[in-house]
Amino acid sequence: MIEVEHLTKNYGPRPAIKDLSFQINPGEVVGFLGPNGAGKTTTMNILTCILPATEGKARVCGFDTFDQSLEIRKVIGYLPETPPLYQDMVVSKFLEFSAGLRHVPKKKIAAAVDRVLERCGLGDVRHRIIGRLSKGYQQRVGLAQAMIHDPKILILDEPTIGLDPIQIIEIRKLIQELGTAHTILLSSHILPEVTQICQRVIIINEGEIVAMDTLDGLNASMRHSRRLELKVRHSTDGIQGKLEGLHQVLSVQTRGQNLFVIESKPDVQLQDEVARLALDQQWGIEELKPMDMTLEDIFLKLTTEEKDVKETQV
Amino acid sequence: MKSIFWIAKREMGSFLYSPIFYVVTTVFLVLYSFLFFAILSDFSQASLQAAPQAAALQKAGYSINANEMVIVPSLGNMSVILLFIIPLITMRSFAEERKNKTFALLLSSPVHLGEIVAGKFLACFAIAAFMILLSSYSIIMITMLGEPEWGPIFSGYLGVLLMTGCYIAMGVFASSLTDNQIVAAVIGFGLAFLMWLMALPAQNADTGIGTILEYLSLGSHLEPFLKGIVDSSDLTYYLSFMAFVLFITYRVLDSRRWR
Repeated sequence: MIEVEHLTKNYGPRPAIKDLSFQINPGEVVGFLGPNGAGKTTTMNILTCILPATEGKARVCGFDTFDQSLEIRKVIGYLPETPPLYQDMVVSKFLEFSAGLRHVPKKKIAAAVDRVLERCGLGDVRHRIIGRLSKGYQQRVGLAQAMIHDPKILILDEPTIGLDPIQIIEIRKLIQELGTAHTILLSSHILPEVTQICQRVIIINEGEIVAMDTLDGLNASMRHSRRLELKVRHSTDGIQGKLEGLHQVLSVQTRGQNLFVIESKPDVQLQDEVARLALDQQWGIEELKPMDMTLEDIFLKLTTEEKDVKETQV
Repeated sequence: MKSIFWIAKREMGSFLYSPIFYVVTTVFLVLYSFLFFAILSDFSQASLQAAPQAAALQKAGYSINANEMVIVPSLGNMSVILLFIIPLITMRSFAEERKNKTFALLLSSPVHLGEIVAGKFLACFAIAAFMILLSSYSIIMITMLGEPEWGPIFSGYLGVLLMTGCYIAMGVFASSLTDNQIVAAVIGFGLAFLMWLMALPAQNADTGIGTILEYLSLGSHLEPFLKGIVDSSDLTYYLSFMAFVLFITYRVLDSRRWR
């Protein structure tokens, strides 16, 4: 559906993205993850034919972003970071306008507007002026605008930015529903969001891809060790030492008074032994659980590792 | 082509919602009417004085007519007022889209950049034409007081509309350069004023350069229209002027994507 090969974009001498290559298959919901200024928006602007690339090729639905941009623009819906809303327009009129721009046949415009109004939960505000709506509703109007022509591909740039927690949950739910019928590329710097919505993640930092995999795949590949978290009631001295004394334990870190993180090789099961030790010593087990790497950990690890490499190069 | 219609329609709709349109139209009509009635009272004074000797004057080949003494100077005045007013209508066309980040919607839609420029131009032109239409109440007044000739009136209005089209093209161009509406208005006004004044140094220049300056001036092509002459060379001048400026606008917008 989307093929990107060796894509580079320079703003003046400063590269925004460097040699980006990735693919997105039909029906996938892909998260595009990276800190601010990593090049997410630039990549999306190239895919939506707003900006031309400096080097490399990007193809959407088999069309080239440079030569056949009009064809691409018919099949994509784009929600930029700032929703492109005319503040002085009424919601339904604005959606009619977006439909007209996207070549929706005149007879089908009213139906298309009704469909997205319902889909995005905008029925109550259809006659209101966009500028008077709350940020959450405006974001939904932005989303409605992007899907008015029922595009094959939705490109959403930070769709939940600036919303309150309830609105975020609503928008995420909406995107999840949309994911069943559309191919979605979604950017974010909020990691749990991507964990919830996306099947696959592309992590990008300073214009380069640092990782690209499914969430499980990322978890597995990042797991050089297995970690257990132990929380006890009675904090006595020497717990750390005794844990370290266990067979096959690589390291033990203390986090606060009575919280310990025990690290071992990835293929070792330590729970039983730790539990036995804790019972014998009467520490009082409060909690004993395996720690998965959160996307945050992966993200930080990848982006900071990247930096280390660069610094050594300098 | 339909996209042009959609863009123009939205643009005009947002004019009707904005106070700018109403303020600008009012100021335009007040200024025009003020000058029109000044001219009209001059004219009635002159015809009153001439009335006793009307027969003698006519014999000598003089005549007092409303076309020449009221409508021509009024339309001339209108073309100057529009020079100040039009940049206020065109200033928002691209500057506002940029500032509010709505341009991304147009750029990511299956719309050719040329269609966007055309839509913006047509919307501004329709608004300006509407303002000019409102001012034509003055012509109706004259038809009630006398019997003006219709030919020069129509050709005069055509000339003013063409000139307005050139102002609009320059204003839209200015708006494509910046995302600040005031900057766009000032540049638009500066360009229009410059093109209007172009013939001023023509008298003192070499004949070659003088002719060129004279030809380039927006104002010098208006006079024949006001007199009732629709010359194809003047028509060509105005139409190619608009086309050229709009083409540059297109190039500017296109090149801004590349930075």
